Amino acid sequence: MEELIEQLKKQIIEQLNLEDLEPGDIDPEDPLFGNGLGLDSIDALELIVLLEKEYGVKIENPRDGQQIFFSVKSMAEYITQHQK
Amino acid sequence: MTPVIETYCHIRNNHIFRDGKLIFELPGADLKVFLKSAYKFLNPGYARFYKMDEISKLGFLAAEVLSPAFNRELPQEETAVVLSNTHSTWVTDMHHQETINNDKNFFPSPAIFVYTLPNIMTGEISIRHNFRGENAFFIFEKFDPEFISNYTNHLIMSSKASSCLGGYVDQTPRGYDVFVYYLRSGKNEEGKPEHNAGELRRLYEYGNG
Repeated sequence: MEELIEQLKKQIIEQLNLEDLEPGDIDPEDPLFGNGLGLDSIDALELIVLLEKEYGVKIENPRDGQQIFFSVKSMAEYITQHQK
Repeated sequence: MTPVIETYCHIRNNHIFRDGKLIFELPGADLKVFLKSAYKFLNPGYARFYKMDEISKLGFLAAEVLSPAFNRELPQEETAVVLSNTHSTWVTDMHHQETINNDKNFFPSPAIFVYTLPNIMTGEISIRHNFRGENAFFIFEKFDPEFISNYTNHLIMSSKASSCLGGYVDQTPRGYDVFVYYLRSGKNEEGKPEHNAGELRRLYEYGNG
């Protein structure tokens, strides 16, 4: 799980062009949206694409999105539970 | 009273000029490096810049160069943004196409796709500087000083705007060409160029010198 979290951080930084951030700057339990990293709706769509492209995981129920993408840790947990 | 060109910016060949004076250069660097370096030089503290496509970054930087001259006392609805180019978002369109070329690896990027319209650039500039007046983006075969000056002067004369960021921001796979200016209504006490087609053409071509 720790390895997946570190990998996710790097992928998020690259995919979302978070230029001035390093993986160490992201607390895995901090919110990604709102007051955390301050991501927006386009970033949310990019994260959905990231999950499918890099991990083959599709979001089954869009209503779960808020929970799945709450933090890097919650993303990692979802991937672990749903990756085939 | 003809509006006045308060200040203007050229960005060409990795050189940034304001009112004809060089303020930044990075010869030989690729565009990505140039854009990042210019951003750090201007230091606007606006991390959203990194999410923009290259042509929006070019327009953003030109507006940033001119921003000290913006009249912040005007109501937000009184500043218009009227830009133009020849090649729309050709380079961004190519990047988008690359993400959908392969049926077996079909992953369009929302962050790229959202920039496949040139008026998004005017939107980014408007968001940054809180401009809520007319927003327009026109595509011409080449920079059209007659149209831009007539259109923008009409906005001023009909009281739909008191100031305007106008010009031309173009990019192709081979390079880019940026000429952006800030005009205002009111008296011309400092002998600034009048906002008409002749002066726009002269200033645009001056940067090609």
